[in-house]
Amino acid sequence: MTKLAYYPGCTLKTTAKNFDDSTVASAKALGIELVEPERWNCCGTVHALAKDDVMHHLAPVRNMLRVQEMNSEGQVDSKEMITLCAMCYNTLKRSNQTFNEDSDKKQKIQDIMFKEEATYSGSVEVKHFLETLKEMGWDKVKEAVKTPLTGLKVAPYYGCLLLRPRGIGIDDTDNPRIIEDLFEALGAEVVNFAYKQKCCGSYNTVHMKEVVGDLAHKILKQAKDGGADILATACPLCEYNLGPRQEQVKVQYPSFDSIPVVYFTQLMSLAFGLGDEAMAFEANRPDPRPLLREKGLLEE
Amino acid sequence: MSSFRSTSVLRLHPENKVFNERIKELSGEEIDLCFQCGACSSGCPMTQEMDYLPSKIIRMTQLGLDEALDSGTIWVCTTCFNCEVSCPRGIDVANVMESLRQLVLRKKYDRVSLDELTPEELRELPPIAIISNQRKLTG
Repeated sequence: MTKLAYYPGCTLKTTAKNFDDSTVASAKALGIELVEPERWNCCGTVHALAKDDVMHHLAPVRNMLRVQEMNSEGQVDSKEMITLCAMCYNTLKRSNQTFNEDSDKKQKIQDIMFKEEATYSGSVEVKHFLETLKEMGWDKVKEAVKTPLTGLKVAPYYGCLLLRPRGIGIDDTDNPRIIEDLFEALGAEVVNFAYKQKCCGSYNTVHMKEVVGDLAHKILKQAKDGGADILATACPLCEYNLGPRQEQVKVQYPSFDSIPVVYFTQLMSLAFGLGDEAMAFEANRPDPRPLLREKGLLEE
Repeated sequence: MSSFRSTSVLRLHPENKVFNERIKELSGEEIDLCFQCGACSSGCPMTQEMDYLPSKIIRMTQLGLDEALDSGTIWVCTTCFNCEVSCPRGIDVANVMESLRQLVLRKKYDRVSLDELTPEELRELPPIAIISNQRKLTG
């Protein structure tokens, strides 16, 4: 087992527990033990874009220091910090970049963190789990498959923060392949659709759910028109805006038919045969289980 | 010849110059490079909710017009960075939107309030939705 430091973030421990469970289980099936730092804090969810903002880099940097400590104590085998939530990934990766490229900010952050036992050196590498899979090789993923997702038409949905801004994304900004490659390895049929990188409305879901209803409708309809049975995502906010927010979509577009939206790791758990606890489909809205039973991928 | 190579070819009234410089400083973006191609606006997912298109906001900041601060546009931007990847002049429009929001928020302004949410909504919404909403829209 390779031991890697794993930063789940707040949402994977609360409303997206199914993302956490399915990730830990499917990583294990591939010989990776994801080890959480003993204490971690919220990353802040969004990168501090204003150039004079130093304070908001502290939360991400503090988490990276925890991973550096885990590495120096021998708890993990590398200086990688594995993330799943697209917002965490983006925020941590960008703060790490700022820390390493802006010596003035680096000094300020280190000065403020004077009470920490160790000093963060900037050496932790923030990664998304999808990148770990790609590096491991799609053949290795394929070897772990027990139930190929034959006949399941999956639309990969990247959203914004896995791909943008340029230089931060986990794959080519304009023509990503990474989720497509994963689902081909899992035996599914990949549906290409135009809005896979389109924003779902993000945090506007809190106070402008009608706007998110419009955007979700556009994205979901595109995927359905392309023949998709199901959408797979890597962001708990995308999952919420495209999943549970379908109730709002139906209010605005009464003829809309629902379509399940799941985390890519849930479908990995299904393909790897890891059982109900790992898949945790009961937490998804709309419920993906009737579709997966109909496709012969889940038992009655 | 040198004036063509400079990024400050616009001659602004001193008070407009102050605002123009402030936005450049806070966003770190060379906004004067924008030649109004509109790529940012064409790819923006939120334009239907905006009073000024993103490209127009950039023009206002180029000219140092602080009316940009009164625009509804800066509050509906989702910082999805679609504009950043589309701009042929290398301007990250999302950074400019953030600097405009920050100038307003730093005067103790809150655009949204959690008091408007029901207990059910607070329970159901993902923590990242609430935290990012508050980070972007409250001072």
